[in-house]
Amino acid sequence: MPDTLFGFPLAAIAGQVLVGMINGSLYALMSLGLAIIFGLLRVVNFAHGAQYMLGAFVAWGLLEYLGLNYWWALVLAPLVVGLSGVALERTLLRRLYHIDHVYALLLTFGFALILEGLFRYKFGATGQPYPNPIAGGLDTPMAFFPWYRLWVIAASMGMCILTWFVIERTKLGSYLRAATENPNLVRTFGVRVPRMLMLTYGLGVALAGFSGVMAAPIYQVNPLMGSQLIIVVFAVVVIGGMGSIVGAIVAGFGLGVLEGITKLVYPDGAGMVVFVVMLIVLAVRPQGLFGSLR
Amino acid sequence: MTLAAPSFFERHRTALLTAGALALLAAPFVAYPIFLMKLMCFALLAASLNLMVGYVGLLSFGHAMFFGSAGYATAHAVKVWGFDPALGVLFGAAVAAAIGATTGVLAIRRAGIAFSMITLACAQLVYFIALRSPFTGGEDGIQNVPRGKLLGLLSLQDNLTLYYVVMVAVVAAFWLIWRVVHSPFGQVLTAIRDNEPRAISLGYRVNRYKLLAFTLSAALAGLAGGMKSIVFQIATLTDVSWVTSGEALLMGIVGGLQTMLGPVVGAMVVVTMANQLSAFAEAVMIVQGTVFVLVVMLFRRGIVGEINAFLARRARLGQTPEAAAVPPRTPRAGAVHD
Repeated sequence: MPDTLFGFPLAAIAGQVLVGMINGSLYALMSLGLAIIFGLLRVVNFAHGAQYMLGAFVAWGLLEYLGLNYWWALVLAPLVVGLSGVALERTLLRRLYHIDHVYALLLTFGFALILEGLFRYKFGATGQPYPNPIAGGLDTPMAFFPWYRLWVIAASMGMCILTWFVIERTKLGSYLRAATENPNLVRTFGVRVPRMLMLTYGLGVALAGFSGVMAAPIYQVNPLMGSQLIIVVFAVVVIGGMGSIVGAIVAGFGLGVLEGITKLVYPDGAGMVVFVVMLIVLAVRPQGLFGSLR
Repeated sequence: MTLAAPSFFERHRTALLTAGALALLAAPFVAYPIFLMKLMCFALLAASLNLMVGYVGLLSFGHAMFFGSAGYATAHAVKVWGFDPALGVLFGAAVAAAIGATTGVLAIRRAGIAFSMITLACAQLVYFIALRSPFTGGEDGIQNVPRGKLLGLLSLQDNLTLYYVVMVAVVAAFWLIWRVVHSPFGQVLTAIRDNEPRAISLGYRVNRYKLLAFTLSAALAGLAGGMKSIVFQIATLTDVSWVTSGEALLMGIVGGLQTMLGPVVGAMVVVTMANQLSAFAEAVMIVQGTVFVLVVMLFRRGIVGEINAFLARRARLGQTPEAAAVPPRTPRAGAVHD
């Protein structure tokens, strides 16, 4: 077996692909949440990054103050973040559906600033460490793969498939898709559309919280972690096609891996590659890879 | 804005313009000139954004890329190439316009919310380029930018002198925006904002209009950024980051979109707020976020928009019932489809 490929050591390639898959898992989960929310509510949830950060902090807080470990956090944190999203939707966001969607974007942007500001006020800009719940790893001749990182990739893929299944293959999902197409008609059939909107927002936000818990042991739990991620995720959403679930998942993982490879080939460009791809996609296919122009 | 009666501003136009001119001339004797110049630069940035959001109906979330990159271009041209400050600022505006035209070609392919996300992502790309490029000085920025002599004659070292130069430039830029908005070109832009399919069916090439407006808006934001780097003698990453784009937007909506004075009032509120809280970066975020939420939930017309609406309501009350029955035109910001 050769130990280099195109002049790069195979171990380094494997390492960067793994890092890329980790980032790709987060991109996919985050853009999936955004896609679900956008698909039904036509709202771009700018607070998604802050809610991801909130998920990580809830996980950290559960361990720090209540002694509940990672596996508890994996269930409880998305629940807490999702409920906070439901509260936001019921009190504020709901009142903005009838006017231009730009105002919902501005509202969630303001909410994100408040949330990030509060956590920075309490915890500063430094990170809080979160222990690795699964020690050890898979030692192959090529490279060492930590178990936790493999778990993140598997769990994110599982979550993506589950979400896709619920929306594309179940009765509940068919209501959701129908309400996206024609909310008034669905209402006349007796479906409570406002409640569905509320639950959809809660579900999308819970996915952000889930991503936050996933990220906590890998990156430090940091008040700034959300705003750094959200802009890249926006670009991922534009590339995948807004509101497209398959697009969000494929673009998320694909761009994560591409970014990892770029770190190896041209380290200075790693932060830019997603945005450059976005520009190319816009030039060639403005609606995104899996999107439709409506 | 067509109302039953001439609006408050139209009736008292000469008096108001005179009062405004006197206030601008006297301001540096009352307040600190550097603070006033900062205010004017941000007011122009907000006004350039308002041109896009208020009059074209496209919410740009990336105006910092024009503001910040023009700051770098001006600082580099003046410091390294020894440009005249006026030429340096114009060079900065030209660079911003070029970036605007390039990103605009791609961004205007999508309307509505997607446009906001794309401009934000483009701005982040520009931010990364600024972070990595050798000439921008990375985290340090370009420091000790010389103010130089305007056209080789007038030294700009004195804050008061510089204030009047910046004031003339900003007033000229506002006049230009006013002219554009009230020109046939501006009317077409408004038509596109209010009903794009109809504008298309009337034979307007809407994308060309949007691109031209975006480029102009970028150049004006660049003018503001270039002047700011001369005033503060520094160009930094902050001016090219998404935080600045968000602040420009906040100024626009706090003051009132689709109004000429809105960006000025908004800049006053936001810059003063930031100055008062300068010791606590977190507090600025929390307060700005709260203001965003309050404005969006409670008074979407902004300060100037609410005053205009109040004056219009009062003017109608004094008239015949038929005239009073004309409904006020509700301002819509960035309405592409709703």
